[in-house]
Amino acid sequence: MTLLNKSLKSILIAGLVASPIIAAAETAEEKGMRIAVEAKASDKGWQDMQANMNMILRNKLGQESIREIRMKSLEVEGDGDKSLSVFDKPRDVKGTAFLSFSHAIGADDQWLYLPKLKRVKRIASRNKSGPFMGSEFSYEDLSSFEVEKYTYKFIKDEACEGGTCYVVEQYPVDKNSGYTRRVVWLDQEEYRPWKIDFYDRKDSPLKTLTYHDYQEYKAKHWRPDLMKMINHQSGKSTDLTYGSYTFQTGLSDSDFNKNTLKRAR
Amino acid sequence: MGISKLLLAAGLISALPVHAETFYEMSGKVTADLRYFTQEAQFQNQNYDTNLSFTVEPEFYWEWNDGIDNLTFTPFIRVDENDSRRTHADIRELNWIHIGDNWELRTGIQKVFWGVTEFQHLVDVINQTDAVDDFDGEDKLGQQMINLSLVRDWGIIDLYVLPGFRERTFVGENGRLRGGLAVNDDHATYESSAGENHIDTAIRWSHTLGDFDLGAYWFHGTNRDPNLQVKNINGTTVLTPHYEQMDQIGFDLQATIDSWLWKIESIHRDTTSDSYWALQGGFEYTLYGIQESAADLGVLIEYGWDERGTDADAAIQNDLFFGARLALNDAESTELLAGISHDLDYDSQSLIFEASRRVGDDWTLNLDGRFFSSDDPLDLSYNIKQDDHLQFTVERYF
Repeated sequence: MTLLNKSLKSILIAGLVASPIIAAAETAEEKGMRIAVEAKASDKGWQDMQANMNMILRNKLGQESIREIRMKSLEVEGDGDKSLSVFDKPRDVKGTAFLSFSHAIGADDQWLYLPKLKRVKRIASRNKSGPFMGSEFSYEDLSSFEVEKYTYKFIKDEACEGGTCYVVEQYPVDKNSGYTRRVVWLDQEEYRPWKIDFYDRKDSPLKTLTYHDYQEYKAKHWRPDLMKMINHQSGKSTDLTYGSYTFQTGLSDSDFNKNTLKRAR
Repeated sequence: MGISKLLLAAGLISALPVHAETFYEMSGKVTADLRYFTQEAQFQNQNYDTNLSFTVEPEFYWEWNDGIDNLTFTPFIRVDENDSRRTHADIRELNWIHIGDNWELRTGIQKVFWGVTEFQHLVDVINQTDAVDDFDGEDKLGQQMINLSLVRDWGIIDLYVLPGFRERTFVGENGRLRGGLAVNDDHATYESSAGENHIDTAIRWSHTLGDFDLGAYWFHGTNRDPNLQVKNINGTTVLTPHYEQMDQIGFDLQATIDSWLWKIESIHRDTTSDSYWALQGGFEYTLYGIQESAADLGVLIEYGWDERGTDADAAIQNDLFFGARLALNDAESTELLAGISHDLDYDSQSLIFEASRRVGDDWTLNLDGRFFSSDDPLDLSYNIKQDDHLQFTVERYF
């Protein structure tokens, strides 16, 4: 046993010593992937979360319209998260609720509750690239980050609002994605995203998302109070603000089913 | 029934806590709709082309015990210009929900929807249709019930006890969109000696297995669809509804695969006068982001079948449906739905469209159109062949 331990240790030490050499040999693709894995791992263990989400949609003329949503999410080990969102505004969709079981690979499972008819509808989740509630955020922009959803390429290090950032290109694996690539700025301290440039299916610049006012929750989980999405092609923009974040409130699987969807309000 | 409803209301309101921390919220909507009939009426007492109507539907909501208990109260009133029967009120919801761990108990007046298809809601059986409210059969009267819902790994089980029955509402003498004889619902009769006080029961299982959402149920109680009988009351010939007892099993399935929704609903209904199967099935296919825009276009095809064929007193017995749904996915949620139904037995058609869009934060505008063509007097839709209309609705939410 001791012998085994000793040999294990020596292998580990050998590995550590050798690692700079490995790093030097690391390709841009491998480095991009490593950063994604580390970013995902750094936020692991948030368990469950509740927050209020407000959107301000602005058209080219600067006219605004408001969306108010309350959401609950549950971290699922080894798969995508579960989430339940309820609309408060606009008032004509008040009580409409959305249940999603996202998956790292393959289509998400999604249900919509329509309060007027009291009807729960399973909806096709292929519509990743479509706008969420008429905003500049698409469904895929709002779904949880999973390493398997992209392939990667490290571009460079660059100074950013969060200190020094890794600049990484992410190429969506899903053929239904609305993007050919995303260019992401992640700070090297905490792996927080600060900016994402989105390129459409023709690889033309489409949107830019910036993150503002990060807060730290449970001494580990960083969340922005404000995300700004600007569409360069249409001139429209959406501000997404978060409030009343609470973590680890004891949510479980039983808070995410068709019964809870119907009375989510 | 009025008294039992009142007692239920009193009981529920007395269950409200007096001092505990209660969350209260009021919301709702008022609507105005204008119908314009494009043709002369077919029957007597229908001599108008336009009809104006108003509704009020507030919703009061209380929540206490940290959300373990909640109560929803939704009264509804419609006032109609021409049809005194369409001027009516209902309690859509007066429902107390108590939430346990993997179960919940819902007591009061409630609406329950079952099913997956779009052009007909065959398996949806708990609530009576508020047929006077709108023509599409999607408006329902509140149903008194005690409903225990159990969440298990193998699905959700719902147990229902339904004390008391709601009679269907019918368009009156002065209403359009009816048959040659108006239905007189003051003289409804029942097969059960308990009449409208028969206690109905139902059990339903529903579950999700991967791409499949499925449900099955058994319902025992008063048939929501009456047989209409010709009677002579005080020297006038009228139709009166007769409500039989029934046992019904139902099954519904939706497969959600990529851009396809495959749907099927089926029932077997067993009453004293009939025993038959009926089916509604089809698909919806959606093209996302058409023409490199944000808009989605859905294509729907469904088929409805009734074992009784042309003997059926249902309007859908061998009918084919085509539909298209366009969603612009813009900030105003602009949507357009159009559908054509074709009766393969009677060779009659109807065309419907529904367009809607939000204006500002609190208003929506809707334009609906319904057009009918029928040449066969035996076809149920022959009665409404001259009731083509446009309906413009303004909704204000608060």
